[in-house]
Amino acid sequence: MNRRLSHLDALESESIHILREVRAEFSRPAILYSIGKDSSVMLRLAQKAFYPGKIPFLLLHIDTTYKFREMIEFRDRIAREFNVDLIVHTNHEAIAAGASPFKLGTSKCCALLKTKALLDALAEHRIDAAIGGARRDEEKSRAKERIFSFRDPFGQWDPKNQRPELWNLYNGRIEKGQSVRVFPLSNWTEVDVWEYIEREAIPVVPLYFARPRKAIIRGDLVILPEHDMPAEAGDRVETVTSRMRSLGCSYCSGAIRSQADTLPGIVEELKAFRRSERENRLIDHDQEGSMELKKREGYF
Amino acid sequence: MISATSYSESRDLLRFLTAGSVDDGKSTLIGRLLHDSGAVYEDELDAVYKASKARGSKFDPSLLTDGLKAEREQGITIDVAYRYFSTPKRKFIIADTPGHEQYTRNMVTGATTADLAVLLIDARKGILTQTRRHLYTAWMLGIRNIVLALNKMDLVNFDPDVFHRVKSTFLEYAAPLHFGDLQFVPISALDGDNVTQPSERMPWYGGPSILDILETAETRESRAFQNVRFPVQFVIRPNQDVRAYAGQIASGIIRPGTEVMALPSRQKTIVERVFLHTNELEEAFAPMSVAVSLRDHIDLGRGDILCNVEAEPPESRRLRAKLIWMSPAPMSLNVPYLMKHTTQTVCMSVSHLHHKLDINTLDELPAAALNLNEIGEVTIETHKPVFCDPYHVNKVTGSFIVIHPIQNNTVAVGIITDDEPFISRHGGHSSLEEQVSSDADHKGLTVWMTGLSGAGKTTICQAVYTELLSRGIRVEMLDGDAVRQQMGRNLGFSQEDRAENVRRIGYIAQLLTRNRVVTLVSAISPYRAVRDEVRAKIGRFMEVYVNAPVQLCEQRDPKGLYKRARTGEIRRFTGLDDPYEHPLSPDLECKTDQESVKECVDKVVSAILEIVSHD
Repeated sequence: MNRRLSHLDALESESIHILREVRAEFSRPAILYSIGKDSSVMLRLAQKAFYPGKIPFLLLHIDTTYKFREMIEFRDRIAREFNVDLIVHTNHEAIAAGASPFKLGTSKCCALLKTKALLDALAEHRIDAAIGGARRDEEKSRAKERIFSFRDPFGQWDPKNQRPELWNLYNGRIEKGQSVRVFPLSNWTEVDVWEYIEREAIPVVPLYFARPRKAIIRGDLVILPEHDMPAEAGDRVETVTSRMRSLGCSYCSGAIRSQADTLPGIVEELKAFRRSERENRLIDHDQEGSMELKKREGYF
Repeated sequence: MISATSYSESRDLLRFLTAGSVDDGKSTLIGRLLHDSGAVYEDELDAVYKASKARGSKFDPSLLTDGLKAEREQGITIDVAYRYFSTPKRKFIIADTPGHEQYTRNMVTGATTADLAVLLIDARKGILTQTRRHLYTAWMLGIRNIVLALNKMDLVNFDPDVFHRVKSTFLEYAAPLHFGDLQFVPISALDGDNVTQPSERMPWYGGPSILDILETAETRESRAFQNVRFPVQFVIRPNQDVRAYAGQIASGIIRPGTEVMALPSRQKTIVERVFLHTNELEEAFAPMSVAVSLRDHIDLGRGDILCNVEAEPPESRRLRAKLIWMSPAPMSLNVPYLMKHTTQTVCMSVSHLHHKLDINTLDELPAAALNLNEIGEVTIETHKPVFCDPYHVNKVTGSFIVIHPIQNNTVAVGIITDDEPFISRHGGHSSLEEQVSSDADHKGLTVWMTGLSGAGKTTICQAVYTELLSRGIRVEMLDGDAVRQQMGRNLGFSQEDRAENVRRIGYIAQLLTRNRVVTLVSAISPYRAVRDEVRAKIGRFMEVYVNAPVQLCEQRDPKGLYKRARTGEIRRFTGLDDPYEHPLSPDLECKTDQESVKECVDKVVSAILEIVSHD
């Protein structure tokens, strides 16, 4: 018999091994739950890794209050179904002071509503290992990051001084106050994620599937309006058959024109795609090396 | 049945690393592979064009891979970057590793998980120190699929002489490492020659392209070690009635009904269920992550290991290992460090530094300390017993990392060699445990490799040894020189003394063969009559003639003996001024001037398996 793992089985096995290591070596591990497709895969892997036990991680969602309504509904449903402890954390102070992407620009908004909120939440809940769904194929600085990524007491990443990472022997030793970000999906690509979602019939937010949606057309961008986004000169409102390729805050994540309304359709579409997943994310492009800068400051 | 291959998606995964010196064109090669397989998106290319322009160049493909700001600023690669692409046959993970010596630890990070290494060489510059270091590191970490890509052939007019010159220099350096197979490919990464398509400009080459090699190379899983090793990672215990042990299988096959022994408790029991989530598995194998439940309640937790009862790994508090030191602070002797080995972390100290290695010459040098990026062989004492196999038979139970107990950083990578180093200039030797432990039921056989010094006996012998060991065969190696050192100190090189040395080797081989061990002898054994005498005594005997023209052997001269013979330092040297009587009808012949090492090894291994498995 052929004892050779398919690429999805090899990736699954690696990720499950990582999740079990985190559980075994840390005292307060949490999954950074972003509601997106990668988070959905992560939950499935965690379920598999510890079955018949329950998922032994807290779920932490950093809510900027600018997420799509459908995302929040999905999040609450999933937390109920999986019977996990969900912590929702928002930087209320900044919101009260009027922080919004429209006023501050994406860079500053992210720093306050995502990075600051995340660091505060990790400290408040004494989380020593935060598990994220980031993948190395998403962005160049992520391509360089370790699976166990060490953070100093300020949550900062030092890319020039990463711990060597050998075989599957992860060094999870830290001092009090320090923490580790763990990326079990590091070696998955966007296509792998969708193929796995299809294979395992994993539920995802309906926004990923194409259907006619009311959209604001701004240059090349297709934006699904929520949260009273201020209009700009030249904006057109149209009904576009579209879907989200990557989920984030409604203003900063553009939709794509697509007819893919099923999982096989999405996989097919991606294989033919010539443009990257995060292209429509404004935050990655606000300056050269912008993701690396955000990560150094503590962003996921 | 539900198995790992049940999903219709049958592509597998190959992890490989790329390494090379500055400006060897590594980024261009990767850019080419990604581009030709459609793995670079247009907007990423646009961004690279934009950034290149800002820097005053037209198109710099390294910007696709050098992801850190400091790297782009300094124009060098500091850390491993992982890139991904797929073909209909395979998914590939590239670990693009830095070339600078100061970042060796980052190269090692990429190398530990790789099945294959592509080393780039600039055709104009030939072999550099860095190439040697990369080759050695890859070898030490157990990568046996090595592709030497001789790049920038367009800048040397696609001259085959350049290619062959670099190739022979390289083979000379690599000879003591006994690679199964080194593949050389002349390429132009810039134009794509022999990268994904055969080159029309190098018709004299006629071999596979880089992508051909990547698509067909054997992965680690397909040649796994047979004995069960299951390090327990986590105990799943949702309630009083359920208890399951979670882990990733290191080697072997586990099925419901498999009898297992828990270490260190040595309690035995039977595997009841093997499962992952709601899938009940009929069998599971490396590197699957699964959970198992056991028939009896035994003492078992994280850091313990399940193995098959017939073949437990040796228990040890003292290990011989190779270390690559990765910390700016040098290694200290007899101070506490932590060792993470499989899923357990134990206290350890280094009691002895035997030598360090000169990468350029592969010489073993006396040393008082190991500094950053240095490789040395040490003896390690652990505060509690660990259960391990030599790295060359099991990468999971044969590897460990060393952690600083206060600073918490990873200071070294370690691979367990054995009681004796497996590869040494004096021939190999290995511990008794692993051979006695095999559960395979087979008879013994003496495989006698005869041939000139430098013909390739030791190389083939060691590769065959590893191959048999990984198949669970009891096997031992007897090297002519090693036996002479141990048991023939009174012997010289007269005809009588040579005959006597061969008889002594024959006697040991006879004892081993009688005890059902496959005994691999590599000895010049120049005289036909003495070989025939030994064959008659042993009976179960296979004669392998390792044949290469004496001119070629002299050219190879791995031990420098021909040179010494030519200067008159050694007299009566076989092939020069002492006769070699080749076998008249050997059972097998390996023509090492025409056949690759791999071809020879495959031939010998299948002949041995044919005999020992049909008894």
